[in-house]
Amino acid sequence: MRADASRLGFYLLLAPILLWLVVLIILPHIGLFVVSISEKVGPREYETGFANYAAFFTEPLYWRTFARTAIMSIAATALTLILGFPIAYYIAKLTRGRTKTTLFLMCMIPFWVSELVRTFGWMILLRETGVISNALQSLGLVSGPVELLYNDAAIMVGLVYTSILFMVVPLVTTLDSLDDSLIEAGYDLGASSTAVMREIVIPHAMPGIVSGCIVVFMLSLGNYLTPILLGGKDSLWFTGMIYTQFITRFNWELGSAFGFLLLALSSLVIFVGLKLSRQSLTDTMGRA
Amino acid sequence: MKISFVSTMAVIAALTAQGAQAETLRLLTWGGYAPDDVIALFEAETGHTVEVTTSNNEEMIAKLRATNGGGFDLAQPSQDRISSAQEEFGIYKPIDMSKVNADLFIPSMLGATAANTTYDGQVYGLPHVWGTSGLVVNTAMAGDVTDYIDLCDASVAGKVSYRLKRPTLIGFAFSMGLDPFAAYGDTAAYQGILDQVEAKLTECKPNVKTYWDGGDEIQNLLRSGEVVAAMAWDTGGWQLNADNPDITFVAPEAGALGWIDTFVLPARGRADDAAYDWINFVMRPEIAAMITNSAGNFTASVGGDEGVSADLKARYQGSFDQAAIDNIKWYPPVPAGLEAMEGATLDRVNAAN
Repeated sequence: MRADASRLGFYLLLAPILLWLVVLIILPHIGLFVVSISEKVGPREYETGFANYAAFFTEPLYWRTFARTAIMSIAATALTLILGFPIAYYIAKLTRGRTKTTLFLMCMIPFWVSELVRTFGWMILLRETGVISNALQSLGLVSGPVELLYNDAAIMVGLVYTSILFMVVPLVTTLDSLDDSLIEAGYDLGASSTAVMREIVIPHAMPGIVSGCIVVFMLSLGNYLTPILLGGKDSLWFTGMIYTQFITRFNWELGSAFGFLLLALSSLVIFVGLKLSRQSLTDTMGRA
Repeated sequence: MKISFVSTMAVIAALTAQGAQAETLRLLTWGGYAPDDVIALFEAETGHTVEVTTSNNEEMIAKLRATNGGGFDLAQPSQDRISSAQEEFGIYKPIDMSKVNADLFIPSMLGATAANTTYDGQVYGLPHVWGTSGLVVNTAMAGDVTDYIDLCDASVAGKVSYRLKRPTLIGFAFSMGLDPFAAYGDTAAYQGILDQVEAKLTECKPNVKTYWDGGDEIQNLLRSGEVVAAMAWDTGGWQLNADNPDITFVAPEAGALGWIDTFVLPARGRADDAAYDWINFVMRPEIAAMITNSAGNFTASVGGDEGVSADLKARYQGSFDQAAIDNIKWYPPVPAGLEAMEGATLDRVNAAN
């Protein structure tokens, strides 16, 4: 009787997450997969086959965009880590009490407005008649207006800015759990700052680093607004390509195939990343 | 008892009659085509309520395709995009002309739209708003731009913008002396035209500041002076002209591209009566003039141009003389499958360095 009740409780607690998974994730993906393996042969005529996946590999534009998106996302992740780690270390180890809360809050405030507004903010700063261009001109550093928008660097700035919070939060959490006495012991035993960082801090923070990297990579890879708005005429981003296939080309079949390829790519990159950093997913997600 | 039964029935009958009359019209349209004051007048007169969703051609078709023609009761795609969408996805239902007050429509436009939106012997579209796309030029800074192809001129390098969509392909083709509309039925000939346009657009790419997406984006670029010449809609040019007299819409030498946005009934729309009421309401001359003043484009309503503001009329006449009007290239219906070819061309232009 008692076992039955606890079992019922278990299933009741499981129900929401199960519903979420099946209705919102598994079923749509099955539908998407069925669409992705249907080839269009004429109006309202479809055949089953893998021509859409073949189209991806035969048309250089598609896989180049795919590779470009992956490489830029990895670069954005690395940049975010390089920028985020000192911030997280400062917040976790070098501040106390109110200052800590304030700094943490300051990291979060930009995320109180929507991503679209933040991206438009960057456009106002970077455009030819924008804030930075005008400031440089009035300081006499440049003679004419400078265009900082519509290039890959602008995309990178946007991506790093959009995702830095998701790097800082897990890093702060893991660094907080590192006992200060371990760092002090390191110094007492005569280690240099680099050695302490390399031997004590980074190994301890590894789960935070990996989980932060996973989240930032996924956010960058799946980002649509930032690359499209900041990138201009050369901004090829794979999500933009999926949107184009679905909306402007009415080609849901190819768009679905692209969607699956993106899913496969992100899974693969994360798998490789975990292997290289010798972390397991359970460990990473459990501790961060 | 009997009396109360009768009165109950009467009440029920009255309620159902009321229910049949007052419906919610879910309208899928363009920005400016259903201004608040027009909706308020319509709701007051008919008792229907109107829910507006603004969109564009591609999104309208994509939305209706996702639901097999459900979710909306009236949509307004352009006339050239109706028969192919109907052929491919079956998302519309035919127009019942007995419910439409045909006297309100300019007969030539009603006839042309009917011919262009006929699929399988049935008419799917009624004309509503028409306009053109061509060039919006800052005449003080780029007075030499008079045709699509002039956007590739070195004098305006880095200060040009256009969309990476099918009107750009069509406009450039006309400007290069080709006739894409004549090749609509011939896939091989059309591919030949697309290849030539692709070469031109790739060569022209360094001239382009950015490919614009939304009407607000191009207006901002032109207003700030970051872009001095662009391919855009006529209304955008006229709106900018109100703020800065130097900027205006120019009908290109090769011809402005004319479009007609229509009324179509989505296949699974639930409020057809309200939809017909809306059509017959907004085509009245005085209401049509309100919509023209809001959207900036003229309508297919008989006498609808009389109530239009004098400023807008002056701008229209400034951009179009009779020869330019005669030279407008009206989009014929796009055959199914053509857009896949255009898409591949646009992708390659986008990827070119």
